[in-house]
Amino acid sequence: MKVLIDLLRYNREFLLGTILISIILALVAASFFAPYDELATYVVIPDMPPSAEYWLGTTSRGQEVFWQLAAAMRNTLLFGVVVALVSRVIAIAVGLVSGYLGGRVDQVIMAINDTLNALPNIPILLLLVFVLRDQMSWPILAVTAALLGWQHDSRLIRSVALSLRNREFTRHAVFSGMRTGQILWREHLPYVMPIVFYTTMNNLIWAIGLEVTLSILGFSDINRPTIGGMIYWANAHSAMVAGIWWWIVVPMAFVVILFLGLFMLAMSVNEYIDPRSRLARMGA
Amino acid sequence: MHGFLIYVLKRLGQFLFVVFTGVTLAFLIAHFSPVDPIEQTVSLLTSFGNTDPRSVELLRESLRELYGTDGSLLEQYFTFWGRVLTGDFGPSLSAFPTPVSTVIGRALPWTVGLLTLATLLAWTIGNLFGALAGYFRNNRFLKGVGVLVMSMQPIPTYIVGLTLIIVFGYLWPVLPISGGAQLNLEPGFTWAYISSVLVHGTLPALTLVCVGLGGWFISMRSLVSNIVTEDHVVYAELAGVRGRTIFSQYVARNAMLPQVTGLALTLGHVFGGAVIVEFVFNYPGVGKLLIAGIYAGDYSLVLGVTTIAIIAVAAAMFLIDILYPLIDPRVKLG
Amino acid sequence: MHEVLSKAKKTAVTPKNVLTVEGLKAYYINEHFGVRREVRAVDDISLTVQRNEVYGIAGESSSGKSSLIKTLAGAIRPPMRVVDGSVKFDFGGQSIDVYGAPEQLKPARWRHLSYIMQGSMNVLNPVRRVKHSFHDFAYRHMGLSGAAFWSKVRQHLERLGLDPDVLEAFPHQLSGGMRQRITIALATVCEPEFIIADEPTTALDVLVQQDVLGLIKDVQARMQASIIFVTHDMSVHAAITDRLAIMYAGRLAEEGATQALFDNPQHPYTAHLIGSLPRIGDVRVRKSLPGKPPALSDPPSGCRFHPRCPLAIERCSREVPLMQPSATGGRVACFRAGEVVAA
Ligand SMILES: Nc1ncnc2c1ncn2[C@@H]1O[C@H](COP(=O)(O)OP(=O)(O)O)[C@@H](O)[C@H]1O
Ligand code: SF4
Ligand SMILES: [Mg+2]
Repeated sequence: MKVLIDLLRYNREFLLGTILISIILALVAASFFAPYDELATYVVIPDMPPSAEYWLGTTSRGQEVFWQLAAAMRNTLLFGVVVALVSRVIAIAVGLVSGYLGGRVDQVIMAINDTLNALPNIPILLLLVFVLRDQMSWPILAVTAALLGWQHDSRLIRSVALSLRNREFTRHAVFSGMRTGQILWREHLPYVMPIVFYTTMNNLIWAIGLEVTLSILGFSDINRPTIGGMIYWANAHSAMVAGIWWWIVVPMAFVVILFLGLFMLAMSVNEYIDPRSRLARMGA
Repeated sequence: MHGFLIYVLKRLGQFLFVVFTGVTLAFLIAHFSPVDPIEQTVSLLTSFGNTDPRSVELLRESLRELYGTDGSLLEQYFTFWGRVLTGDFGPSLSAFPTPVSTVIGRALPWTVGLLTLATLLAWTIGNLFGALAGYFRNNRFLKGVGVLVMSMQPIPTYIVGLTLIIVFGYLWPVLPISGGAQLNLEPGFTWAYISSVLVHGTLPALTLVCVGLGGWFISMRSLVSNIVTEDHVVYAELAGVRGRTIFSQYVARNAMLPQVTGLALTLGHVFGGAVIVEFVFNYPGVGKLLIAGIYAGDYSLVLGVTTIAIIAVAAAMFLIDILYPLIDPRVKLG
Repeated sequence: MHEVLSKAKKTAVTPKNVLTVEGLKAYYINEHFGVRREVRAVDDISLTVQRNEVYGIAGESSSGKSSLIKTLAGAIRPPMRVVDGSVKFDFGGQSIDVYGAPEQLKPARWRHLSYIMQGSMNVLNPVRRVKHSFHDFAYRHMGLSGAAFWSKVRQHLERLGLDPDVLEAFPHQLSGGMRQRITIALATVCEPEFIIADEPTTALDVLVQQDVLGLIKDVQARMQASIIFVTHDMSVHAAITDRLAIMYAGRLAEEGATQALFDNPQHPYTAHLIGSLPRIGDVRVRKSLPGKPPALSDPPSGCRFHPRCPLAIERCSREVPLMQPSATGGRVACFRAGEVVAA
């Protein structure tokens, strides 16, 4: 807690990140008070520019941009969080086990890790989207994305775990008869938490970027509002050409806000856990 | 020399392993999908007009042969490998009867050209400024560059591309926002054609550079700010070695090495970006082909592009890996 | 760049002294999330070093030895800062005020003053050949043409018992001892008047250690150079230094001729250091000091040694003992100086 307050007071990136993410979270909270069903179309006059009545204007499909945005932000964020959580579980498990066991096993696990990392994600996801077609739902997509997006982080976690392996307390735990699982869970996990937090932010950014990308291409459930889905529909109605710019500019602007917010948080946390960059930043 | 040979063999093993895993994965995804590619293709073809049942059955027959869906799973798997190795993915449905390999072969140079140029630019510029920013920590200009570059870094490729289209296509229409070259020009080594290719490639490349720059900048800056505290740099500074020599030979040269390895590791990611950029800018590369193939339900094309992408990315990584010892003496002789 | 509070009284540099240090204070000052933390690693130190003299600095690990000589060499980096005091060199009339006029130091580096860092087997650039280091470090100072420069370098290496072919090697191809010797060669190739060496023998095995010590002695004798030699190893000091300073928790405890210090230590801490040296035929179990070395971010009041000192009296925790001339001709900072019985 104290750490959080200190970060807010002394770290500009953290402050800015918190503000940006607060805006996003407020929007998500607002989505639960939407006056219209988020799936319903033609509930308001189409193509209205932003005004006092329609804050962010309306779409050609007769939806209010504001409420669509709120629902979209919620769904997109949910997707990102699911991906981040699932991939965290894998990354932590692989990283801790590989780092703890070390030696040959570690080499083999890391070779597999790097192999998976070398596969280009987008073509594989697109292939999957293609073959699944209508069976593709957002949870399946989320789990698939999670399966594709942990290798980088497990490597980072492993390097920390590797350094814990020969520490006094680990040997102590081994001699006192603790089971491996217990050692990893109780003794090592707390140490890797900072780096886990940092990678979570980056993973969220990646996962949300993926969702936005796939939705824009129309490769997700296009009726369910998401940030990418909004842009997809705007493109489908040639919003830019028709001069309905708010339909496309608003979700773009909020994606940028979301990403910058997450990115700032990741950076500040990284700085907090890395004493070297902290030192360097104080400068001469 | 012996060490180098072992190094190359290891990398080769890794390369083959990546290709094996990727191709197997593509096979499994394709074959365990609930969608039957043959029925899908048949329904797609027949939906254009009413075809008589006999010719449909004939079509089904030839497709079955084509996709290798006959025989056990293992046999199918080997058939698939055979196709991968001969580069024969059958005819493309959306460009019937042109073979998929021809379609991909036409698109590949565009993607390779765009990606090579954009990646090298992003890598060079990002690392150069990152190194300078890490070395001259208190320089105002470099701090400004850092803020700009870093705030661009997390934004998805698509958004950056679209923003550039809005700016250079609508607000200040000076650059083409679609295609690979002017359509009415005959491809060839003429100035008109080449300049048209360059002009058309500007925005797609710019998008990729914008997206890629930040990562290199950030990692290089932090590498350099760590390296400047290392003994060999501090010592050279104490000995009064010239600032320029220290920056280039003691700091940047050392920090560059992990960035080259990093370049290999991000290629898969870069390819993903290219898919999006080609779609946004309607660029005639394999990325656009992939998305068009999905829209058109062109099964062979999608499978072909995915497989080629996996192999191409792995090959590029392998290439970087075996060139690495040329710049890091510790590998070659170690 | 460095914040230097110039002292009111400025004493002239006596020509005989190559190095004069007065009231030097250098702290590591960390400020993170609003909390300021000071590590007083160099706290009010004065000393002089003369021409053709090997001056040793001893003290246990973390007592501030490296911090002190980094400050002397003008080699400090943030978060370390010189808070007070001065460091002045005098190279045959050319005087250099390291913190008063830092720009004077730059041209003198390597030409007159060279520095062998702690862990100096890592100072060679890992991705370049050894010869490039020699070129970058020394070429400018020697005023020789390319060929003459290289023959000089080779000659120098040979004289130090090194195969000149090491110039073509990359650091990772050489052993630690070899790299250490190359570093010494690198630090002495310009024949500087003053060499500062921080634990140059510490990471080496005993035989190599002998070699390197011999090397340093040779170089010193040949060039009539002054050396500040830092090590925690008292037996090395006994073998190589003319005068010796004992450091404890960022301050000097005692200073004097090495022989006199060993024969007749005046400070209880010196006595302990010498007493803990193994001696042939001695089977007594050495008693170790109680307690741990103090944290320099929060040092004990008064004499910093008092929590561990067998002779401590009430006054020791209140007052800081100043350096005073000692009975054996050196200086000592202890209220009960000389009451120590040599072990
Ligand atoms: N960069 C630093 N920041 C803060 N404290 C430091 C730093 N470097 C060294 N110290 C502290 O300064 C004290 C003296 O260290 P040092 O000069 O290296 O001692 P020695 O060389 O005698 O072993 C130690 O307490 C050490 O923890
Ligand atoms: S001053 Fe007191 S505490 Fe310090 S060394 Fe002397 S006797 Fe011990
Ligand atoms: Mg030291």
